[in-house]
Amino acid sequence: MPTLTDKKPVRPTNRALGRPAPELIFGDLWEYDPAPETADPKLKPRYELFIGGKFVAPASGKYFDSINPANETKIAEMALGSAPDVDAAYRAAQKAQEGVWGKMPGKERAKYLYRIARLLQDRAREFAVAETMDNGKPIKETRDFDVPMAAAHFFYHAGWADKLDYVAPGRRVAPLGIVGQVIPWNFPLLMMAWKLAPALAMGNCAVIKPATNTPLSALKLAEIIQDAGLPPGVVNILTGPGSTGGLIMAHPLAAKIAFTGSTEVGKVIMRSVAGTGKRMTMELGGKAANIVFDDAPLDQAVEGIVNGIFFNQGQVCCAGSRLLVHEPVADAVVAKLRNRLRVLRVGDPLDKNTDVGAIVSRDQLETVRGYLDAGVKEGAKMWQPPCRLPAKGFYMPPTLFTGVTQSHRIAREEIFGPVLAIITFRTVDEAIEKANNTEYGLSAGVWTDKGSRILKMSTELKAGVVWANTFNKFDPASPFGGYKESGFGREGGRQGLLDYCKLV
Amino acid sequence: MSRLPITKTPKVYVGGAFIRSESARTFPLQDAAGNFFANIPQCTRKDLRNAVEAAAKAGPGWAKRTPYNRGQIIYRLGEMLEARQADMADALTLGGATKAAARKEINATIDRLIYYAGWADKYGQLLGSVNPVAAPYFNFTVTEPMGIVGVIAPDEAPLLALISLVAPIITSGNTVVALASSAQPYPAIVLGEMLATSDLPGGVVNLLTGFRKEMVPTFATHTHLRALAGVAGAEDCKALELGAAESVKRVKLYRTEVPVDWYAEKAQSLYAIRDFVEFKTTWHPIGA
Repeated sequence: MPTLTDKKPVRPTNRALGRPAPELIFGDLWEYDPAPETADPKLKPRYELFIGGKFVAPASGKYFDSINPANETKIAEMALGSAPDVDAAYRAAQKAQEGVWGKMPGKERAKYLYRIARLLQDRAREFAVAETMDNGKPIKETRDFDVPMAAAHFFYHAGWADKLDYVAPGRRVAPLGIVGQVIPWNFPLLMMAWKLAPALAMGNCAVIKPATNTPLSALKLAEIIQDAGLPPGVVNILTGPGSTGGLIMAHPLAAKIAFTGSTEVGKVIMRSVAGTGKRMTMELGGKAANIVFDDAPLDQAVEGIVNGIFFNQGQVCCAGSRLLVHEPVADAVVAKLRNRLRVLRVGDPLDKNTDVGAIVSRDQLETVRGYLDAGVKEGAKMWQPPCRLPAKGFYMPPTLFTGVTQSHRIAREEIFGPVLAIITFRTVDEAIEKANNTEYGLSAGVWTDKGSRILKMSTELKAGVVWANTFNKFDPASPFGGYKESGFGREGGRQGLLDYCKLV
Repeated sequence: MSRLPITKTPKVYVGGAFIRSESARTFPLQDAAGNFFANIPQCTRKDLRNAVEAAAKAGPGWAKRTPYNRGQIIYRLGEMLEARQADMADALTLGGATKAAARKEINATIDRLIYYAGWADKYGQLLGSVNPVAAPYFNFTVTEPMGIVGVIAPDEAPLLALISLVAPIITSGNTVVALASSAQPYPAIVLGEMLATSDLPGGVVNLLTGFRKEMVPTFATHTHLRALAGVAGAEDCKALELGAAESVKRVKLYRTEVPVDWYAEKAQSLYAIRDFVEFKTTWHPIGA
């Protein structure tokens, strides 16, 4: 084990790329040693569909590869679900709904959800490694955020299952039936929990499809669902391409559909169910403004900006992708931000020191690169810290754009990558106007020392979540969801539960 | 020789003013016996867009009124209707209702307004929350109005259904552009005259008359309408929901095929208010 005394200072070879600010000199005295997380992800070479409590081969007989975006190697083969599988899943769910789950007392349903939470906690590290391999996000995020938060969602909603009389004061509630759910690749396991926990607590059964790029943790969760003894058919998990998701949304047995993903796909789904009478909740894209006033604690704000846009490589629907910074402190904030970015570690997601991991796929990397080109072409100024990226894998250094105007594509469109568009403002009203000047309305951040200004901003910002002097905080008790084209319905808290039941 | 009475020219109530359709089109309305009664404005999609503009102007002010004030104004609307129930009864019997049925519908409508007037400063406590998150943050959820809501009223119970749809929407600070029943538009014309004297700011409720088939496509696709409410047949529901997808509108439609009992206790609810609010959650660190 190298220590401070026996390790000779080594000058990194990338010094020529840019000399760090004096306060960062400590960082270039020695190189970090690799610190890979070595827990066994306990992977199978091939994963089947999970229908009616059993792992079954897909009707098509076809499989697709799940790729580790950190090194482009194949992790496992996943079953390709198609129409007969979707139908089988709905029939299994119907049987479970009518036979068992719909009439089970809430306190018994609760126990299954508690079990799932506990079993997930038991296998937390294994799941964290598998998730990082499948998605490319840093192990410190899967270990400290994705997996514990997923378990927390099951635990929280378990406690609701026998208290549904308190969900809608003055009315009684009843389950909807079978819900069809499609989730994205940015928080694969956590989104499973967000979708399944409230649905099950309310007495619904589910047919759910994880994203094509990141199906692994869903099938590992199926193992836990089996171990928990959940009645067969209550949860059915189908892997496959987007078209499989379309079949899940379109199936006539679905009483409700829940989707998390891009606004573009959300609109396609809304069109596809128009006139069917199915209930919907949509958690779609975002282009959050993170607003920094001149009286803000700037060092904290910089941490919040970094967390806001580089958490999960910026592949977050509520990412603070637009920095609105008060003109008097704009230069200071950008200077501090650059310093902070110089010491972010980009690389192997399984390394415990890694801050920014891999982009989920080659396609997504190309999309983000396209936005970098668009930003430069439209006249914004791009800056990236000097850093060496691994030779294989889909990596993108954290990127800042200054001189951005409201009309630039990088200020209007959801990039879903580690790209921050920096815009300045002079007055409170201008900040509000610019922040709300978007078709999205998922989240926003406000940094100021003034309490009354926080409440004013929180009132005026058209966004479902407002983080004041913090960013990207989540909790099962805290409702999450958007205004405007960021979708409708909430997930989490009492508010989220009501979207999974009907009033009787 | 008996005096010839002055007949009233029906006008729609938009932006706090009584207007004709910009198209200058009208359609004749007969009384229950089939005699000509009056010409009703046949509003167009342009009238709808103008009404949305009026609602947009009124929206921020209405949303910023205190809940107590909104409650009093909705109560005042109940007062206006009670005081002028004879006018409204005539409007309802014109469409074929018996005097007793008209009286019953008016009573239920007034009671519905009073019901929602009382909710204005209470629903926020029931729908919002302080959330016990597992970290040192003060985390709370409040409701906010969605903005401008399009309402498409059914033919049956032309007054009660219209108010049952509109009242919960404006209680929370939304504004409304409503299309009255095409078959029985006259109660909405009279309602406009009551709205005008109810202290409700102009533009908060805008009432149009005309034909559904001309208006549905614009209700569906107008991006400034943030939500749609009402009663529609299968075909219109599909058209409205298809259009709503383009701007991710919230849609809460009753199907014409499934009759609604507007007189029922369940036709008024806290959850009718909830259908047209957004939830906003704010996080703030707790620390020195």
